Amino acid sequence: MEKFTTFTSRMAPLPIDNIDTDQIIPARFLKTTSKAGLGDQLFCDWRYDENGNPKADFILNRPEGHAAQVLLAGDNFGCGSSREHAPWALTQYGFRAVISTSFADIFRGNALKNSLLPIVVPPDAHKKLFAMVEKNPEATVTVDLEDEELTLPDDSVVKFTIDQFAKTCMLEGVDELGYILQQEAAIAAYEAGRPLTVNTLAS
Amino acid sequence: MAEKNGAGQKPRTIIEKVWDKHVVAERAGAPTLLYIDLHLVHEVTSPQAFSGLRERGLKVRRPDLTIGTTDHSIPTYDRSLPIVDKVAGAQIEQFEKNCRDFGIPFFGPHSSKQGIVHIIGPEQGLTQPGMTVVCGDSHTATHGAFGALAFGIGTSQVEHVLATQCLLQSRSKTYEVRVEGTLKPGVGAKDIILNLISRIGIGGGTGCVFEYAGSAIRSLSMEERMTICNMSIEGGARAGLVAPDDTTYQYVAGRPYAPKGAEWEKALKLWRELPTDEGAVFDKRIDIDANSLEPMITFGTNPGMGIAITAPVPDPAQLNDPLERDSLSKALRYMDLPSGKPLLGHPVNVVFIGSCTNSRISDLRAAAEIFKGRKVNPKVRVMVVPGSQQVKEQAQAEGLDRIFKEAGADWREAGCSMCIAMNGDQLQPGEYSVSTSNRNFEGRQGKGGRTFLASPLTAAATAVTGVVTDVRTLV
Ligand code: SF4
Repeated sequence: MEKFTTFTSRMAPLPIDNIDTDQIIPARFLKTTSKAGLGDQLFCDWRYDENGNPKADFILNRPEGHAAQVLLAGDNFGCGSSREHAPWALTQYGFRAVISTSFADIFRGNALKNSLLPIVVPPDAHKKLFAMVEKNPEATVTVDLEDEELTLPDDSVVKFTIDQFAKTCMLEGVDELGYILQQEAAIAAYEAGRPLTVNTLAS
Repeated sequence: MAEKNGAGQKPRTIIEKVWDKHVVAERAGAPTLLYIDLHLVHEVTSPQAFSGLRERGLKVRRPDLTIGTTDHSIPTYDRSLPIVDKVAGAQIEQFEKNCRDFGIPFFGPHSSKQGIVHIIGPEQGLTQPGMTVVCGDSHTATHGAFGALAFGIGTSQVEHVLATQCLLQSRSKTYEVRVEGTLKPGVGAKDIILNLISRIGIGGGTGCVFEYAGSAIRSLSMEERMTICNMSIEGGARAGLVAPDDTTYQYVAGRPYAPKGAEWEKALKLWRELPTDEGAVFDKRIDIDANSLEPMITFGTNPGMGIAITAPVPDPAQLNDPLERDSLSKALRYMDLPSGKPLLGHPVNVVFIGSCTNSRISDLRAAAEIFKGRKVNPKVRVMVVPGSQQVKEQAQAEGLDRIFKEAGADWREAGCSMCIAMNGDQLQPGEYSVSTSNRNFEGRQGKGGRTFLASPLTAAATAVTGVVTDVRTLV
């Protein structure tokens, strides 16, 4: 994983509540056994028409949405299916952060494991951001994970909070599995004293 | 270890008890390392996890606590035929190879134990009270019906569990859903959960684990409890559970992987300690009056957009929040529905009876009751998809398949089918369906398809009339 660094970017606004992972990446693209190519299928059914041509009015097809690394979305982003294909598609497209007022639990966890930062802002800042991009589509925000700060286009600063362990992993570019593997002794000790459950190899 | 037991301790909820028993390590600055008792794996969310293991040269730590089946992308037509969709076929083949290479027992396409991952765990006695159960699938909460802490995980976490049998997790809040009273005829488990979600919204349980309690829950069968726990995620909660009781133990006893003899007695003793202690405090609570529930149906593009079947579709103009108003308008536009009128009488093209929410034997029996002696409306395509091969066999032994076929419904092989529309079973753009599954998101059952979620009874009643129907007007 690459280290997560501070960056400044335009925002792609998607003012819709409850954007579910079926919209982020439809299930028919889940037959893949790799992670490749998912960025092109991001928001597929909103982004392309029946013939596969880009819909001119969808934000990712508009010039101002093009190079945005920040997705500005409605409440409860990423609900529904647990597919990690959703953050894979978002990061492959080029997003590094999503701003919302709340995230679904599984999506948030999946995003953090893929260096995609879910930023929760209060409702007033959320409304303000949408108003700002509407007025100036090229308005930028600065995302500073280290200090847990989002700098708005008017230079005001909104604090956000993030799980400290996930933060460290993202800043240092390490993944959780390495950390868990180091705890082999604790796992073995737990297993030794663990009550009997199932044995899937039996029967 | 955080385990607290015996007298003088703070009363705990079942959620806390199961959690405490599975704490492997707690280090400052990191989430809890939690042990996983059962890991269910399927073809869609695991391939990249197995690739990860290969890249790192890791083994599966506990194949004996892991089981694989294929359900999501598998066709539901005759299993002796080759899989037409090459990409899906390759995924299933890769999965079979992954299970073989890593020593994981596998219920393949031709196994008599194959089925939807959340159907087969309970059916085989793999799911047991007090366990932690995970799967790369958000409906893992289904297993909570047994008093297990069961939740969906992403592919990175699938890899973590394969490699270490552990997960890094933070404690969730506890949320008591208390359902008291008696359900009226024609109203069932699906209506309870759709009612809950319509009230709290699809983000209402975010960060929480539900415990479903109360007299109405106690009187439900295990299969009905599974229907409720299954849709916990649709209320935003990662998990939802029901404390085990005699109904639970009777269901588990004698199943292939259930403990036997002295082991059973030992297990039973532990299970009886699980229910929430008197005086334990939940972070949140909601009460539902079972007596007042009506059959429910969804009208919109998320499972929270549900109404009593006789109630009118809500009007966006009556919402104050602009984003909420836009979301409702957008949903009604997608569904091409007017507001202010009930859905009753709305024509449908397809009826889907299946999915991990409602494809168990009791669901099929309920549907068959309605189909018996009636015919499917000729304008409607009806698919009945059993949740597992075992359910299919049982249904055939009872002659339910004949009832479905004689009525004009399509009786298929076990799998997720049109719940997720990955396997060729799908709606055409613009088509309407009444489905017993759990998600009505845009395109969920096929690009451009429109889904009304409801119970097996409502689905079957709609199948025979061809329009959205209140089952109580039929029986
Ligand atoms: S039936 Fe539907 S919800 Fe259940 S596991 Fe399959 S795809 Fe997921």
